[in-house]
Amino acid sequence: MNCTEARLLLHAYLDNELDAARSLELAGHLDACAECMARYRNLEALQHALRAPELQHRAPAALAARIAAQLPHDGIRRTSFRRRSWPALSAALAALLLVAVAIAGWQAWQSRAHQADTLAMEAVSDHQRSLLAAHLIDVRSSDQHTVKPWFDGRLDFSPQVKDLRAQGFELIGGRLDVLGGRRVAALVYKRHLHMINVFEWPADADAAAINSQGSDGYRVIGWAQGGMRFLAVSDSSDLDTFTRDFRSAPMLAAEPR
Amino acid sequence: MDTSQAAIAPPYRMNTRARFEAEVMRHLGAAYNLARWLARNDQDAEDVTQEAALRAFRYFEGFRGGDARVWLLTIVRNTFYSMRAGASQDRLLDDFDEVLQGRADEDTPDPEVLLLRAADAQQVRAALQALPAEYREILVLREFEECSYKEIAAITQLKIGTVMSRLARARQRLAVAVAGAETSS
Repeated sequence: MNCTEARLLLHAYLDNELDAARSLELAGHLDACAECMARYRNLEALQHALRAPELQHRAPAALAARIAAQLPHDGIRRTSFRRRSWPALSAALAALLLVAVAIAGWQAWQSRAHQADTLAMEAVSDHQRSLLAAHLIDVRSSDQHTVKPWFDGRLDFSPQVKDLRAQGFELIGGRLDVLGGRRVAALVYKRHLHMINVFEWPADADAAAINSQGSDGYRVIGWAQGGMRFLAVSDSSDLDTFTRDFRSAPMLAAEPR
Repeated sequence: MDTSQAAIAPPYRMNTRARFEAEVMRHLGAAYNLARWLARNDQDAEDVTQEAALRAFRYFEGFRGGDARVWLLTIVRNTFYSMRAGASQDRLLDDFDEVLQGRADEDTPDPEVLLLRAADAQQVRAALQALPAEYREILVLREFEECSYKEIAAITQLKIGTVMSRLARARQRLAVAVAGAETSS
């Protein structure tokens, strides 16, 4: 690891956001490089100074009471209705009810699309983070037979790891990541200079297919196959090809289906 | 307030208000601290916190579990910015502040290697107070509330990459400001 790389990672190291492998590498660099070590000590001193308890502002005791006094007791805010007449109000409520029924159906349909959106955005974030930390990879290997067993014991499922070298996509390694609040397997493939992150986890009931193009140049393609859910993220123009190849490549070994 | 009833009632019978107090109001301290660092004075901080708590209660039915603290801090932040946008004069002053601040920092060569002595809390407070809101909030979330990058990204609606670079920049500027205060005192 060189100084430029180390400087990028110092903050994440200080904040405990680096994976074990990168932390070890950085610690090694800090031991050898006095300048980076001085930088790190500085950041540490700054963090320590900021965490002084006297810098925290304490809420005035009366504030909680004041807020509590304004909260309605049964969960319905009545204050804004107080001056209206009851017949007008009940008419309004009836109209509201009709609208609500209509909206509820539309929303149920909509919320699935929204969930897929959030997932896609989160996947792009994870992808970007993995690039920033210089390919956040926990197990670095181009051999699927090394990567796959590494996940066993770290996840409650066994991810599919596929060899796509013949199709021009090189497996770089894998890591654990978090997506939508669950632990997922992340496989990292590479073609030319472009990285592809594939996130994998056991499929939930309503796994909507995703194919979205973010404004920042990242594409996200999601699908379900063999009881697993997949999300591929990349800025590579070959993501369609990759997805097709990944889906059609044979599964490794005997997969309990 | 009848607290005895809330204590006896099993969780599934708790009404919205009792649930709100159990899950959200206990993070009022964190909410106030963020509001106070954003607003920079007691009165506005109380207004922001109060408005945020009432908004939170209004949205509470739609809150589907997850981290109530992160959720509340998100609302505090949004409330602050929407209230600040309403008070246009304050905003002008603040922006002007930030422009000046930005210029002052540009000509410092390598802020990370400046030697920080054990800075006293007064200096750090003043330096943090003078940072632009976007840097202040990210430092408060990281150092005071000890939020992870992912939580900060959720609260500020930024990408993780932006969180990382903004945090690095915020620390650099704070270090410059603290070191500057030390040499001039």
